[in-house]
Amino acid sequence: MSELLLDPGLVVALLINFYILTVTRLKQVVYGVALQGVLLGLLYPVAHAGFLPRGEPHSLETVTTLRLIGLTVAIVVIKGWIIPRFLMKAMRIADVRSRLTSTVGIVPPLLMGGFGTAAAIVFSRSLPLAGGHASHLLIPSALATVVCGFLMLSTRREALGQVLGYIVLENGIFIFGLLLVEAVPIMVELGIVLDLFVGVFVMGIIFNHVSRAFPEASIEHLSSLKE
Amino acid sequence: MFETLSIHSVIHVAVVLLFPPLLLGAVNRTKAKFGGRQGQPILQTYYDLAKLLRKESVFSETTTWVFRFGPVVGLATAFVASLIVPMGHASAPLSFAGDVILFAYVLALGRFFTMAAALDTGSAFEGMGAAREATFACLAEPVLFLGLLVLSRISGSLQMSGLLGDSVAGGWATSAAPLLLIAISWFVVLLVENCRIPFDDPNTHLELTMIHEVMVLDHSGPALGLIMYGAALKLFVFAGMIINLVLPFGTGSTLVDWLVFLLGTLLVAVIVGTVESVIARLKMAEIPKLLIGAGVVSLFAVILLLSYS
Repeated sequence: MSELLLDPGLVVALLINFYILTVTRLKQVVYGVALQGVLLGLLYPVAHAGFLPRGEPHSLETVTTLRLIGLTVAIVVIKGWIIPRFLMKAMRIADVRSRLTSTVGIVPPLLMGGFGTAAAIVFSRSLPLAGGHASHLLIPSALATVVCGFLMLSTRREALGQVLGYIVLENGIFIFGLLLVEAVPIMVELGIVLDLFVGVFVMGIIFNHVSRAFPEASIEHLSSLKE
Repeated sequence: MFETLSIHSVIHVAVVLLFPPLLLGAVNRTKAKFGGRQGQPILQTYYDLAKLLRKESVFSETTTWVFRFGPVVGLATAFVASLIVPMGHASAPLSFAGDVILFAYVLALGRFFTMAAALDTGSAFEGMGAAREATFACLAEPVLFLGLLVLSRISGSLQMSGLLGDSVAGGWATSAAPLLLIAISWFVVLLVENCRIPFDDPNTHLELTMIHEVMVLDHSGPALGLIMYGAALKLFVFAGMIINLVLPFGTGSTLVDWLVFLLGTLLVAVIVGTVESVIARLKMAEIPKLLIGAGVVSLFAVILLLSYS
């Protein structure tokens, strides 16, 4: 069952990458990032089930099940509700322009994202991976999402666009984490999510300061600051 | 090169000659329903064609033979393209190895002559329309070819009738995701090739915002009729390709297969009408973004398919 759901889920996650790279209206990008986060959160238990030993479908202990449900809910709520809400609020308070702009235009990063995804799939086939992973798309989609997040991070001119790129990048790392689901203890898992939350929080504060110092939240103004 | 004349070929040619204008009627009727209007008769395109073909031709004195050639070549190439695409779950009348290339470039030839005819009038607006048409066609072509690449990889054939034949049904079982992505990208190609919203508005009245319509502003009478018929034929061809992709399952009965196919193309026309009703036209600068997005999705489909093996 996990193979049936994991692959389509990852394909949709990759398509959302392209969507995020294409659209420029800030709200749509935030929705796209939130959707990707929720999707990955829902993939978490799916990937988890895929690593259970075969033949014993009901071997999940109560504690493990509760932990699984709790973590899934936490990830979905943080990625799909709290962070988008926070970003929307930052948008409203800082009164940013509703469109993202890019230093090199929209199309080159989109094309690079496409070729990056292709390269990730080709590259991951040559990696010496441990057998038995639930999906052959797990590594490539992690790499591709990191690439897309990085492209977003490095080309968008607005601070908020960079925050969104950072979240996409983190989503890619999260997909990597799906591989290690069995080995990672609960504190580390929560730590990763909280890490992201704190990161967004800090960036939000910086972002507010930037918008208070300058009429608009374009990071190009930062270069005019003196030590 | 030509197969023996079978009952399928006869039906194919008859359908291609008679059916396409109905699609335009279906699109217009859908749009009218969405707008809360009664709408023109569903056969209106046939009446328009009959009216236009009865009129006398008026040609500007500044134009040359290129201008008169445009609509004729446009219709002829659309007709040839329609003979290459398999319909009704049977092999197409014109079918040979590698005809995918002919299919793509016969359409490009028609587009070239339409643009040449537009440029021949010497009007600034028509030149502008031709430039836009060329730009967007350049971006739509890779999407078409990447889709054909996926299908030829699945079927192991370079023939339209093989590509869009029985192998697609098997393909849905083994690699549904690439096929679904290709179907979506091809729908985008259908919209741009047939000058539909969100790329172009077939009913617009402002030359500055037109793409395709501005190129045919100087045509009138029978020539305009040919262009209209060619446009309907092109819509039918692309709708047929999508239906072959989405509904590749044969029932065994020739009549039922054809009926499913024709109803399918009508359904595509209704979807086109729905899309035209619910979304607004894109800004001119946004169009390449959407087309390149479709191209990236098709590229992704190709890579995804390769990763399965």
